[in-house]
Amino acid sequence: MTARTFDRLLPSILGLGTLVVLVLLVELLIRVNLVNRFIVPMPSQIAGAFERVIVEEDIPHRFLVTMREALWATALLAVFGIGIGVLLYRVQLLRDATETWVAAMASAPTVLMYPLFLVIFGRSEKTIIMMGFVAGLPAVILKTIEGLAGTRRVLINVGRSLKLTEMQLFGKILFPAALPTIFVCLSLGMIFALIVIVGVEFLINVGGLGQLINDLAERYDLPGTYAAICFVILVSVVFFFLTDRVEKWLRPAA
Amino acid sequence: MAETGRLIAPATQPLVRPVTLVRVAIVVGILATWEAVAASGLLFRDVVPSLAVIGRAIVELLADPATYFNLGVTAGEIGLAMLIGGLAGLGVGILLGGNRLLSRAFESYLYYLGPTPKIIFFPIMIMWFGVGPGSKIAMGVLSCFFPVALSAAAGMRTIDNVLIRVGRSFRAGTWQMITKIYLPAMRLPVINGVRLGLGVAIIGTLLAETKLSNKGIGFLIINAYSTFNMPRMYALLILLFVLSIGVNALVGRLGGAGTIKR
Repeated sequence: MTARTFDRLLPSILGLGTLVVLVLLVELLIRVNLVNRFIVPMPSQIAGAFERVIVEEDIPHRFLVTMREALWATALLAVFGIGIGVLLYRVQLLRDATETWVAAMASAPTVLMYPLFLVIFGRSEKTIIMMGFVAGLPAVILKTIEGLAGTRRVLINVGRSLKLTEMQLFGKILFPAALPTIFVCLSLGMIFALIVIVGVEFLINVGGLGQLINDLAERYDLPGTYAAICFVILVSVVFFFLTDRVEKWLRPAA
Repeated sequence: MAETGRLIAPATQPLVRPVTLVRVAIVVGILATWEAVAASGLLFRDVVPSLAVIGRAIVELLADPATYFNLGVTAGEIGLAMLIGGLAGLGVGILLGGNRLLSRAFESYLYYLGPTPKIIFFPIMIMWFGVGPGSKIAMGVLSCFFPVALSAAAGMRTIDNVLIRVGRSFRAGTWQMITKIYLPAMRLPVINGVRLGLGVAIIGTLLAETKLSNKGIGFLIINAYSTFNMPRMYALLILLFVLSIGVNALVGRLGGAGTIKR
């Protein structure tokens, strides 16, 4: 291994190595009874519980349920979030009047409205999907406006010089130019939705992966609970990694 | 030469700005629609109570001393969570932002772990810290740690090298470098991180309270749901939203986030 390759790999080795050392340390502390094994299960037990949780708790099905909810929420975000964003971009007065409200809504803890949604939609997937939708809505609206407003002036001028109507200008220039940003904002909305969806599944004990964690915790299946949490973390990390890659791929075109 | 008078009429400002008019129209429209739905009986009775009933519930809520006790419990939990999580995040952020190797080794873990739904850790927090305020504080700590750490790390990397060299040339110690150079220079990203952290700490703590608690605003909300006291739930949500947005804006203003010139 050359010195340059070592330098390149050193951060990854350090990061992964630290993780492995920490896991081994926890295993050791539990084995010598310095950490209570009825509070923290041994990492080897958690690793052993993975197969059981995947097979017995039907993780693939639960994963698909969570993804289905996330996709429904994203579809709603695409229709309403982008729609409202386009409306606010095109009607300047409406935008001036409401943009700060949308921004304020983005910082409001909307997820805490879940008991209200439970009353309106019942203890079902509808509540989870609507919560995901509400959580992602402000971000998608704001990013859609940002994407449309960021269209290069020269493109708009070219459209005007070709005497395009307002609708043609929007359909042929503004919307295609904003598409990369809009896609990025949709993936951002999906991330917001997914976070809230798993959280609400856990809180109301309905749905896919979130419900699984709640189920296992209520059964006091500690290795299973930790394994399920690790699985959700893994899914989240892979999901964010992929959306991050797509964003980086699209950004230069934006 | 005789002076000629100007014939330009003075610009008149409209009495009410069009933006204000639109805002008032939207608010009035929403309130009127709400009242119409409440009166129509289209939804179950009490799911959409009339505005007068919600207004009365707000007044009752504000007049009830128990509200302030529960608000104090939640505020205490969030405050402690911000203190612990914020300081830990700041320390880790400064460490990662100031060291390229550590940043490349560990920052991606923070980056990808940051957006995971933190509430799923609540069963673990209950095991570790019990069913009392400890587990709620831990949820708040876990929630706010990541945005503060990532913002502080990003802020460290934006500090002008000249400032760091000036500090070193004065032989400043580590603590002096942190308090005199790093923190003032990265105030803006840190304030932004604290604002983000505060938002998610509020959510983390309150969600934990709605799941398992016998005091706090989250408990009051889930209690109103359990007893189907919808006007009280609306009143609590309105109070919570006003407080959250207000505190968030206040943190930004205290930090002077909007006034810093770079």
